[in-house]
Amino acid sequence: MTGAMPLSVDLLALFAHFLLLSLLAIGGAITVAPDMHRVLVGEMGLLSDVQFNASIAIAQASPGPNVLFVAVMGYQAAGLPGAAAMLAGIMLPSTTLALAAARWSHARRDWRAVRAFKAGMAPIVIALMFATGWILSAETPGWRHMLLTVVAAVLVWRTRLHLLVMITVGAIVGGLGWV
Amino acid sequence: MTDDTHPLARPSSEKELFIAFTLLALQGFGGVLAVAQRVLCEQKRWLTKEQFVEILAFGQVLPGPNVCNVALMVGDRFFGWRGAFAALAGMMTVPLVIVLAITAAYSQYASNPVVAGALKGMGAVAAGLIVGTALKLISALRANPMGTPACTVLLVSAFVAVAFLRWPLVWVLLGLGTVACLLAWRRLRADTAAAAEGG
Repeated sequence: MTGAMPLSVDLLALFAHFLLLSLLAIGGAITVAPDMHRVLVGEMGLLSDVQFNASIAIAQASPGPNVLFVAVMGYQAAGLPGAAAMLAGIMLPSTTLALAAARWSHARRDWRAVRAFKAGMAPIVIALMFATGWILSAETPGWRHMLLTVVAAVLVWRTRLHLLVMITVGAIVGGLGWV
Repeated sequence: MTDDTHPLARPSSEKELFIAFTLLALQGFGGVLAVAQRVLCEQKRWLTKEQFVEILAFGQVLPGPNVCNVALMVGDRFFGWRGAFAALAGMMTVPLVIVLAITAAYSQYASNPVVAGALKGMGAVAAGLIVGTALKLISALRANPMGTPACTVLLVSAFVAVAFLRWPLVWVLLGLGTVACLLAWRRLRADTAAAAEGG
């Protein structure tokens, strides 16, 4: 009885905080991970450092969008209700905004400003993908790891080899301790 | 131009969107963007490369998970808000169940060296997938009104700023993004003027 009340209060606070973080998460939910760490590990003490890092690693290794790391943190912090509160919080504002923005711009797709935005952002969007690959790869040092990344990049670029085949080969090569 | 030689297809229903995005998400280990590009542009042919980059541009500057924003916008394009919901639900539902199941099992296997090694190998491939996809999308810049030299300078600058200088993304988008959009704005005006003179 005594334990139920503070937990429900925490869930509401978590939900509210993640609503706010959602609107700050330009570049994806991972960009506000430092603030999640401050609140979940620091202020509220719901997760340990190890649990926090493991949450990100688990979501990276699982299929699906990386934002699911938020659900993993919520689950570790407060079970399924925690996962629901935090995932709903991080998703609701950004999805509403994205939908509104998509409609606004589609209705004005002939406007020079909208066309200029799309054309101007195109090289930057592609650069961000290169940078993401670079940062992911640089996290783990070692030439064999780098070689695996380069081979996968060339295969995606030049062949139609199934992406799951590449991921599976990566898992096998890694599981054998070669990277 | 590519539109003429390979006409685009469209999903037949919200259900097809939901299933397509579920299957797409389930193939996305360490990020869904590479799979999304391959499925949406090459297998389903629902979008051209250029359209994919445009949608991604909105996904990048708006807050929130990029691929989720892309799913929403693609769904909305075909079936309005129902399509947006179907695509996003497809992207999230089954992967959410899987990731929570993995979390529940994780503590038992976290210290296993084979599991740790496999995760490392998958991580290396995931990085390669995103780089390979970026290499493929470069061809979408050919028709860009800013021209190849300006696109190259912007691409390299943005890469250096984020990958090496580790600038916050907000500043890269605000700084380089503004420069790029202003340049594109000027070039579009020049094109319009040239077209008016020609006509």
